[in-house]
Amino acid sequence: MNSLKVLFDRDTWQEIFGSISKNKTRTVITVIGVLWGIFIYIALSGAAKGLDNGFERQFENIAMNSMFIWAQRTSIPYDGFKIGRNVELKLSDIDYLKKRVPEIQFIAPRNARGVFGGSVSPLVVRKNKSSNYNVYGDFPEYTKIATKKIYDGGRFINEEDIKYKRKVCVIGERTQTELFEKDENPIGQYVRIDNIYFQVIGIHKFVPGGGFESDGDIFIPFETYRQIYNSGDRVQWFTIAAYDDADVVAVEKDIKATLKRIHRVSPDDERAFGGFNLGEIFNKIMGFSKGMTLLSLIVGIATIIAGVIGIGNILLISVKERTKELGVRRALGATPAEVRNQIIIESVFLTVIAGILGIILGAFVLAGINAGTADLTDFPYTNPTVPIPFILGALFIMVFLGTLIGLIPAERAVSIKPIDALREE
Amino acid sequence: MIQIKNLHKSYKMGSSSLHVLKGINFDVEEGELVAIMGSSGSGKSTLLNILGMLDGADEGEYILDQVPIKNLNETKAAKYRNKFLGFVFQSFNLINYKSALENVALPLYYQGIPRKERQVFALEYLDRVGLKDWSTHLPSELSGGQKQRVAIARAMASRPKVLLADEPTGALDTKTSYEVMDLIQKINQEGKTILVVTHEPDIAHMCKRIVLLKDGVIIEDKKVDQVLASAHV
Repeated sequence: MNSLKVLFDRDTWQEIFGSISKNKTRTVITVIGVLWGIFIYIALSGAAKGLDNGFERQFENIAMNSMFIWAQRTSIPYDGFKIGRNVELKLSDIDYLKKRVPEIQFIAPRNARGVFGGSVSPLVVRKNKSSNYNVYGDFPEYTKIATKKIYDGGRFINEEDIKYKRKVCVIGERTQTELFEKDENPIGQYVRIDNIYFQVIGIHKFVPGGGFESDGDIFIPFETYRQIYNSGDRVQWFTIAAYDDADVVAVEKDIKATLKRIHRVSPDDERAFGGFNLGEIFNKIMGFSKGMTLLSLIVGIATIIAGVIGIGNILLISVKERTKELGVRRALGATPAEVRNQIIIESVFLTVIAGILGIILGAFVLAGINAGTADLTDFPYTNPTVPIPFILGALFIMVFLGTLIGLIPAERAVSIKPIDALREE
Repeated sequence: MIQIKNLHKSYKMGSSSLHVLKGINFDVEEGELVAIMGSSGSGKSTLLNILGMLDGADEGEYILDQVPIKNLNETKAAKYRNKFLGFVFQSFNLINYKSALENVALPLYYQGIPRKERQVFALEYLDRVGLKDWSTHLPSELSGGQKQRVAIARAMASRPKVLLADEPTGALDTKTSYEVMDLIQKINQEGKTILVVTHEPDIAHMCKRIVLLKDGVIIEDKKVDQVLASAHV
């Protein structure tokens, strides 16, 4: 193609540099218009992505579509029972729930001491050191819902521990520093929890943002807990994860309805079972951050368009100013296509240069934001980046718009008849 | 070199139309130096525009170097202009952000001649108009006479069949005018066909033939004894 050859011709570029460097101030101001547009686009969508990443990091240790369900008191008399009856979740509920609510992927019953009111944190003793920590009775499934990072050499509770009701425990980072010496490896050592010796099998790394848990928590096998604290079939709460494609709000509703049937609670009783739906909250936050991304996309692209229109405008003025020059070129043998190409390439060139500068500037600003927020762990902001397709897309839009907008002054330039351009005033 | 038969041209001015050229017939042989004279509104510029393919005739025949010039689209007209014609304007029309050398090289650029060759050619033509040392200067750094000489070098660079000069001395003082005419005469002596539009009799008499236009027709066409411009410089 002839027009492609033009692009790689050094002379073409010499002509273009010649004409755009003719009025440097104007060229610079024009370039700033587009540069600002792409800068806004990059900075905004990068910031939105950072927020997105930040939220995701906050939730990274827990399944996105998980929820907690616990039992409370009834608020409606039903089936011969009085109002205000204490309802208790039972281990047998699990099988019912799994059967009735097929969207459930994992369900982990949990018991704990020291978490909710009514029980005190057990005293944990190691040699001459002691302190009070919350103790949880857990199944291995729990880690499938809320990831626990266990330090090297350790492990979480497994099926064997449950089966043999082993007296083993996973301790927290804080527990380790408070009960053990610095250079001591706690794994294999024993601690005394409520006067019963437990062997330490792992140390979990505390990840912030996981609700009421802390870095001092101790996890022991559910069956062991059941025996020690005589909890029978009772379960304090269920931690449940639905399948990725399930609607978490509907799943929560189904679970509660099923529990109401099992425990003979009025279907209209809203208070009998409490729930905390992480998935719902997560979806809201993600929806918010998606909205932010979309907003930044729209604002950024609109600003780019405004900038490109500015370039078209300036080129239109420039063509008007260069009427005579273009007439001379035509008289000397420039074909309309050559004149048109020159103006369009000028437009695209200015747009792309401005775009690349804007991307670089935007990247610097994002790097600055990143450096500034790197140490803030409670501020949901991580690694603000703009995906490469976004950047390529923006560049494509700019080339496309630059060509389109360049067509206007180019057609104007072509429509100038050399005879009119050269007419003496 | 140029054959024109029964050339008519009229311009629409609102509802009425202005008949500018009312049947022009004339031939130009190769190597002639023709002055086209006439008062303002006589149609001499229109004639030159048609000869320069900047404008089309309504009626009549125009043959340039055995090529009939008719029904040209803009692209073809541009190619023909580039190939056949060199233009010299009253106000020079140099491109003000290009050096003298780049200005001279411009028609060669549109001919698609490679860069290196172009510069060699352009410098050669600048040398012929005596401005080799000014090749890197911008038009704003040149005097009127120098500008016109650069313009002539530019017109010559594409090695045209015919040089068309529209009031080439109109913006210059007498002394500079004669210098430019001296250059034009020298180019003519090398065999180039040149048409000069002028309304100055002394300039016209430096040509070999004077064609006088009045109200769109040729009223006089005579050979004259050429006055050498070098005698006045």
